[in-house]
Amino acid sequence: MVNRLTLSRLSCLQDGAAVLEGIDLTISAGEFVGLVGRNGAGKTSLLRAAQGLVPVSGWSSLSELPPHERARAVAFMPQDREIAWPMSVENLVALGRIAHPDAAADADRRATDRAIAALRLEVLRHRNVLGLSGGERARVLIARALAQETPLLVADEPIAGLDPAAQIEVMRLFAGLARQGRAVLASLHDLGLAMRHCTRLVLLDHGRIVADGAPQAVLTRRHLAQSFGITAQITEGEQGWLFQPLDTVTPEPLTISASLPSSPVRNG
Amino acid sequence: MSRNPNYSLLLTGLGALCLALFAASVLIGPAAIRPGDSLRALSGQGPEMLQLVMRQIRLPRALLALMVGAALGMSGAVMQGFLRNPLAEPGLVGTSASAALGAVLAIQLGLAASFPLALPLAALAGALGSVVLVLLLAGPRGGTMALILAGLAISALAGAATALVLNLSPNPYAASEIIFWMLGSLSDRSMLHVWIAAPFIICGAALLFPTGRGLDALTLGEDAAAASGIDLRQLRLMLVAGTAAMIGGATAVAGTIGFVGLVVPHVLRHAVGARPSRLIAASALGGGAMVLAADIAVRLIAPERDLKLGVLTSIVGAPFFLHLILKTRRLEW
Repeated sequence: MVNRLTLSRLSCLQDGAAVLEGIDLTISAGEFVGLVGRNGAGKTSLLRAAQGLVPVSGWSSLSELPPHERARAVAFMPQDREIAWPMSVENLVALGRIAHPDAAADADRRATDRAIAALRLEVLRHRNVLGLSGGERARVLIARALAQETPLLVADEPIAGLDPAAQIEVMRLFAGLARQGRAVLASLHDLGLAMRHCTRLVLLDHGRIVADGAPQAVLTRRHLAQSFGITAQITEGEQGWLFQPLDTVTPEPLTISASLPSSPVRNG
Repeated sequence: MSRNPNYSLLLTGLGALCLALFAASVLIGPAAIRPGDSLRALSGQGPEMLQLVMRQIRLPRALLALMVGAALGMSGAVMQGFLRNPLAEPGLVGTSASAALGAVLAIQLGLAASFPLALPLAALAGALGSVVLVLLLAGPRGGTMALILAGLAISALAGAATALVLNLSPNPYAASEIIFWMLGSLSDRSMLHVWIAAPFIICGAALLFPTGRGLDALTLGEDAAAASGIDLRQLRLMLVAGTAAMIGGATAVAGTIGFVGLVVPHVLRHAVGARPSRLIAASALGGGAMVLAADIAVRLIAPERDLKLGVLTSIVGAPFFLHLILKTRRLEW
């Protein structure tokens, strides 16, 4: 299989503290890799460091490329889904072509059209992106990344804040792109969806990879307790793997110590 | 990026508007000269007095209005694109205030009276100083926030120094000369002023035009832009240097002219499909048209009273700014 991303002993310091330490990771064509871990485990740092967006030590197959070549090797979808201007969906998807300054106008238009069709955005084509729902906006941004026509897609929490149907749709889409030969690396918090749709999970804890492999091999009771502080029920049934978080394993669960007010607080 | 017939149409329309206003600017003035005679005088024929009026008074005034407007509109569009904020304006990097300080010092120290070019040259030196200071303060890896804060600090410092100069002004004449200069005007300018400003405005345009691709990429934030192959450090350097050259050159010959850089990109944004790259050329033409129109208006509204250009643009621009704030507030709440 063709390697799309190789990281070797990648480390990253932030304000003097290590946020990533000795990361070794290879992602190949056809894989949909979910990057999981607690808040602050280093997921976003890893995605940025892999692309050379922050200074690092160690080696990344992407960060050593000159910027214009890197933009043709990887498309990045940052977490915040920020869109500054009230553009049409079509114009926004066409921003993916910035990575190809030498391409002919025809090639740009075809790539934009393909990306719009892949995400079924034809009916929204001339709509203002700022007027779209969160799910529609997420699809537009994925289309923008597809228009960049790169073999690797990197997405930072692509399903955060979306409704269940939109979450499933995005996960299926990424899985489909991987089946077509691309490689996808996405940081995820929904372990259930990660388990069902990713071909492989990478568990990050305190800036280190603590597990890497098939989803059911990574989301073990021990890892869930140690890295996430939770217990969960994991079963394999006719509909594939099911994951249900049950409780925290914090020694003393958080309790609300403040007493409730004796009389209802009235506004006014 | 695909071509768009609407965009070409918009640029053609704005270009035609500039041309028409330029012609009107050349033909309107206190000396009642017939259009035919004016054109003959411009091409070097007819009475010498007429040639002098056309070639040394009206032509430079129209050229400066076009150049200054283009500089303000273009740098406003680039600044808004870079900061991803429709309320940004070219003065944010501190250039206008520093150029004004340079000019004020030249007036105060009497240099402007003894050597006419001292004023625009001092303004340019002020603008140059502000760029060096902003880049030093923001640091080589400084982000957008550091750049804005450095620009604000330098603007405040230059403003305070200007106030001090006014405060210590030995006589009311010097003070009023300073105040009138700061109001912004294009009257009594010569071809010499055109030759002083032109190289800076042309160099600025050459630096700002290529930023379009980077500004488009910044629509999705700094990380997304960097991942699209944009060198953000180089983009920031081109932006600061280009804006300073343009605003320094414009302020040196015209004084402070507010709101053009803010209003013009905003008015044209919808027409270019909100693409920052397309806003650059459109705002240059739109700015040229706005300042040409305003400079015609000051001559028509109060031909005897010397209504200042900067006063007119602010009187029209400030209510528009209020409208923008109200609109933004409605969107946010």
